[in-house]
Amino acid sequence: MTSNQIMFAIFSVVIIVFSILTVTSRKILRSAVYLLFVLVSTAGLYFMLNYQFLAAVQLTLYAGGIVVLIIFSILLTSHINQKFEPVGWKKSLFSALAAISGAFLSIITILDYKFSATTEAAKEVDMRLIGKSLLSVGNDGYVLPFEVISVLLLAAMVAAVVIAKKGGPKKAGSQTLNQ
Amino acid sequence: MNTGIPLQYFLILATMMFFVGVYGFLTRRNLITILMSVELILNSVNINLLAFNRYLYPNKLEGLFFSLFVITVAAAEAAVAIAIIINIYRRFMTINVEDVNEMKY
Repeated sequence: MTSNQIMFAIFSVVIIVFSILTVTSRKILRSAVYLLFVLVSTAGLYFMLNYQFLAAVQLTLYAGGIVVLIIFSILLTSHINQKFEPVGWKKSLFSALAAISGAFLSIITILDYKFSATTEAAKEVDMRLIGKSLLSVGNDGYVLPFEVISVLLLAAMVAAVVIAKKGGPKKAGSQTLNQ
Repeated sequence: MNTGIPLQYFLILATMMFFVGVYGFLTRRNLITILMSVELILNSVNINLLAFNRYLYPNKLEGLFFSLFVITVAAAEAAVAIAIIINIYRRFMTINVEDVNEMKY
């Protein structure tokens, strides 16, 4: 086995084991920390595929941003030592059946399909190329989705602030109704 | 391929991660854990996009940029979802989906 294959085996075992622990752990804070392990090993997979920029984005945005947001909301909404009730066997059995049959079908299809790679030369993905592509309108340009995503981020930020604001916007009618 | 790992391994890994997320989505009853299952699902799709881009079309950049956009959308989704969850907690004092069953107040 080459070192690449050993690294891939380690990453995939960590990803599978900790994603199963994420969805089955009965303590919510532990489940968030297991999710963090899954996201960090996914960044390792991106490094293996030679996408350094995306691995960095994964580490900062997912592992750094979203997990911290989730942990803060856990601290705001539940007691740390609170344990979930175990899932009923019926629900757990049927969900596992659905998930396993779906995975089985997909894996059979993947193993059956003949993938054919392109013969053109590989492109060196560096920061300069990514920055130019994000802001160009030409052949390899992604300026339209870039602009759409920036508007979406602004809208999401405004929406999050408005929804989570204490009290919220009160209408005149609802106030008189409460009195 | 210089990495010595077939494309199918990446796809099978992403498939298993996806369906673990689906299992969590179906069995969990807490809103935040449901959100975590959705994050698992989105993450597995990203692995798929990047593996396809690297193995089948290394001369293109679609997979890279679309997984970048998926990560951004996931971040926006998590922010809005957590704002809604905190609002629900203020109103009902619980975030269990079975106890939050009325839309009006």
